[in-house]
Amino acid sequence: MSNWYMITLVGEDRPGIVAALTDKLYAAGCHLGEASMIRLGGNFTIMVMVRSDAAQGELETLLAEMAQDMRLRIHVDAIEGGLHRHLEPDVQIAVHGADRSGIVARVTNVLAKAGLNILELESDVGGTDDKPIYIMVIDGQALEGVEALEAAVQPLHDEGIEVSVHPVETLIG
Amino acid sequence: MAILEILEYPDERLKQESLPVEDFGTEFQGFVDDLEETRLAGPGAVGIAAPQVGCFQRVVIVDVSKMRKPVPNHGYMVLVNPEITQWEGYETGREGCLSVPDFTGNVIRANRIHLVAKDRHGEVIEFDMEGFEARAVQHEIDHLDGLLFLDRVVSRRTDVFRRKVYKGR
Repeated sequence: MSNWYMITLVGEDRPGIVAALTDKLYAAGCHLGEASMIRLGGNFTIMVMVRSDAAQGELETLLAEMAQDMRLRIHVDAIEGGLHRHLEPDVQIAVHGADRSGIVARVTNVLAKAGLNILELESDVGGTDDKPIYIMVIDGQALEGVEALEAAVQPLHDEGIEVSVHPVETLIG
Repeated sequence: MAILEILEYPDERLKQESLPVEDFGTEFQGFVDDLEETRLAGPGAVGIAAPQVGCFQRVVIVDVSKMRKPVPNHGYMVLVNPEITQWEGYETGREGCLSVPDFTGNVIRANRIHLVAKDRHGEVIEFDMEGFEARAVQHEIDHLDGLLFLDRVVSRRTDVFRRKVYKGR
């Protein structure tokens, strides 16, 4: 089993999507790797690494019927990659503020210029329709040091965006 | 001195509860030296617990004095039959484990603890600890009770909402 694929799934959320997908894959002898599965705005989304002897077209065929039955869009990509390639974050950045257009672009551009490599980003919009609030938590690597990121986010405070930069020291014990 | 074999999850023995040390004799002293050598041979471990090498006695070693960024610490400690007698506050931090290669996760631990233990010769020692050192001690004592950090992992999402609540926002 040497072929790795990335399966991407999007569809209206309902119970049983994960079970249906993984059942199909298991029955076809596929092996699952790392995955991200989350409900976003009433949709359910999955990105999952799958290792299989099957060709890309065979996987697509395997999942086609289920996709149709459950009204899901499923996409299969052959990928280079594999397991055990984690990078350890050394910084976490938390952002919150009144939601407004451009907040993600503003913050991530500032951070990218100061040497941030994003490993994981979770973001959400809370509050109400009238007063939405934006929340984002990023784990990453500060390639030019955590101090560079701290300095870079200072001007954002004046724009009403709360950004906090925390060094992450992973404890191994 | 010898480098001991580290048990790795899902080895069932890691779930075993360890027993108090009663004999502080030569054999035990040799074991403590081996345990420290094993810790130092690992990838930057700040602590190690006896059950991680298949010895189910209540002894751990913690040393957070050599961090890249210094943190409050009490240096190299051999903690025998350790008991946490007070907890205060809590904080989320990222942890990994010699017994769980290639996975790290966020764990909530008490910020400050009071610890009563014996040293390697059986003398009673006490410490007030905070932050990273307190975290390391809690991680190691968990091993003595058959727990891994995997048993306590929380998601970042959970953490965000906790922070929101407890900052009164």
